Amino acid sequence: MRLMWQFFHKLGSPKWFYGIAGRWLPWLLISGLILSLAGIVWGLGFAPKDYLQGNSYRIIFIHVPTAFLAQSIYIMMATAAVVTLVWRMKLADMFVRSVAPVGAVLTFLALFTGAVWGKPTWGTWWIWDARLTSMLILLFLYFGVMALAAAIADEKSSARAVAILVLVGVINIPIIKYSVEWWNTLHQPATFKLTEKPSMPAEMWVPLLMVVLGLYLLFGWLAFVRMQTEILYRERRTQWVKAFVRP
Amino acid sequence: MNSECRPVQACVPTAVGVVPAMWAVLRRDLRVSLRQRQDLLNPLLFFVMVVSLFPLGVSPEVSFLQQAGAGILWVAALLSTLLSLDHMFRHDFDDGTLEQLVLQPQPLYLLVLAKTVAHWLVTGLPLVLVAPMLGVMVHLDGNSIAILCLTLLIGTPVLSFIGSIGAALTLGLRSGGVLLSLLIIPLYIPVLIFGTGTVNAAVGGAPVGAYLALLGAFLVLAMTLAPFASAAALRISLSNS
Amino acid sequence: MSEQNASAPLLQAVDLYCERDDRILFQGLGCSIVPGTLTRVEGPNGSGKTTLLRILAGLHGGFEGEVLWRGESRDASRESFLRNLLYIGHRPGVKALLTPLENLRALMSGRRELDDARLVDALERSGLSGFTDIPCQHLSAGQTRRVALARLVLSDEPLWILDEAFTAIDHDGVAGLEQLLASRVAQGGAVIVTTHHALALPGMRRIRLGQESHCEF
Repeated sequence: MRLMWQFFHKLGSPKWFYGIAGRWLPWLLISGLILSLAGIVWGLGFAPKDYLQGNSYRIIFIHVPTAFLAQSIYIMMATAAVVTLVWRMKLADMFVRSVAPVGAVLTFLALFTGAVWGKPTWGTWWIWDARLTSMLILLFLYFGVMALAAAIADEKSSARAVAILVLVGVINIPIIKYSVEWWNTLHQPATFKLTEKPSMPAEMWVPLLMVVLGLYLLFGWLAFVRMQTEILYRERRTQWVKAFVRP
Repeated sequence: MNSECRPVQACVPTAVGVVPAMWAVLRRDLRVSLRQRQDLLNPLLFFVMVVSLFPLGVSPEVSFLQQAGAGILWVAALLSTLLSLDHMFRHDFDDGTLEQLVLQPQPLYLLVLAKTVAHWLVTGLPLVLVAPMLGVMVHLDGNSIAILCLTLLIGTPVLSFIGSIGAALTLGLRSGGVLLSLLIIPLYIPVLIFGTGTVNAAVGGAPVGAYLALLGAFLVLAMTLAPFASAAALRISLSNS
Repeated sequence: MSEQNASAPLLQAVDLYCERDDRILFQGLGCSIVPGTLTRVEGPNGSGKTTLLRILAGLHGGFEGEVLWRGESRDASRESFLRNLLYIGHRPGVKALLTPLENLRALMSGRRELDDARLVDALERSGLSGFTDIPCQHLSAGQTRRVALARLVLSDEPLWILDEAFTAIDHDGVAGLEQLLASRVAQGGAVIVTTHHALALPGMRRIRLGQESHCEF
């Protein structure tokens, strides 16, 4: 228990985190690149054709991982928000701030690839499918977090306000998902489900899993890089940053 | 001077109970609103005008209006509430009343609850009251109008409660109004979906009891959780001023 | 200090540190507020007087250090602390659309139940005779401030925190207010004020903010 507290305490120290992040960075980048590139090449080039959708289904090797990650980033942000509110840890807030734009970009990518997939499948770029609509609302939630984070100048107030907003958002996500699904059945039953069919052959899901894992690692890398930048900015008046920037 | 207890330090100030304190907050807010009748009227006029834009801008055809009417009214009510949210705490913030509210010994979230109820009484309730007239104008039948009003009656307080979080978070910020809308609109979507969905189900002749119960569940959830978030956000916004 | 006054401190600030917009307002600031004293917070504009008062009142959270209420953490005994605190800020908490009577009633509503006669009496003693039923938007700045100050007459809270108490108050009003503060202190109340007015009461304590922040007893 005491060890854990010490670890927690250390984790609160931006300087310590800066060093640790620096050591992890190359590994995250390399392993992430290898995994996701291998998965994508396998998926796009070698995985079998879908007997219904032909080659167009192959975009799920991009679409599914981005959508998956976009959603789990918001959950991670909510976890960090709890840490911000309860333990007032600066790093947790830096994490939220650093990854919110990443989450927004991934959500956008998921929507974009969904639209690209929709064209050959449904014959239209956009369809008010339950999943796509939920993703669109998730994008709005990310925009809200980014806008609020940018609007409040005071660091501490901003951290806590953003944390509250993220938590309110995360409570709403299941409600939004449920109501959008209900709304969708009311208007148009979805013809194709956007994600995998139950019986997906291993040649399809293994590369998919590789891309998901690879993307997670790349996300970790990007989050660490962005957090390092944020740390340097916030701690710009401390001795260690001054010494680090101008040795 | 206070003649009842001296030395001062020896006396233990008694506090008023929670319920009378909430009543006092509610009464004061209502009184202030009633002194500014025009401000009371504005969201209502906005509501009516937005609804009248749809026949003009989209189509005055009876079949279209019947189909879209509930949605139009709901979207207009949502926008109208959104516009009025910015005022919810702003005046209190500017004149220092909010500081005094935070410093009251009663739990802040209950006082915020009272304030939100006051906000709904002066902005949400009037919308529900004029909705039947607008319902007739978009050619909804009697039963649908009744269901529509019921959904608005349950749904508009949810809008006020969720909105109070955004109003508290953006208090004292320069970009207040637009930012507030950005934060709150995504959170309004479930209420909008169920509000219009219920009316559309009624138009289609389906039973709507379960949907109304769900809206009621939203209300209970919003009423119990939102004041906590708003109270926390108010403390942050005050701390920042 | 405890030798002079047997009673324990009401409010203690321990090792306060506060910065604002990349500027340190004060650090290592400690002080303790004892019953029967008036403490004046002094310093040039922008030195953090208002911020300090807001920290002590629990309105401003952006600081490091600790504030104790009767020896215990203030946040843990929040309700007891708030029941014992009367804070009047820069912005007096008076609604322009309400009359002084309605304002005072609303301000007291969370604290004590008082009949209108007591409220009117308090307003009249604060120099608002004949104005109790006129909406505050038609009153002057000084009169509006007096509405808030009327709470002092009714207060039974042992701790007063008054930010710029004398702003916009006329000469006679200032004299009356000084008297009110002096007799309050004599009765064992504790008062913390900021003011640009030349206030000098016997036994007054000072907290100086600025280059070298310190407490002076």
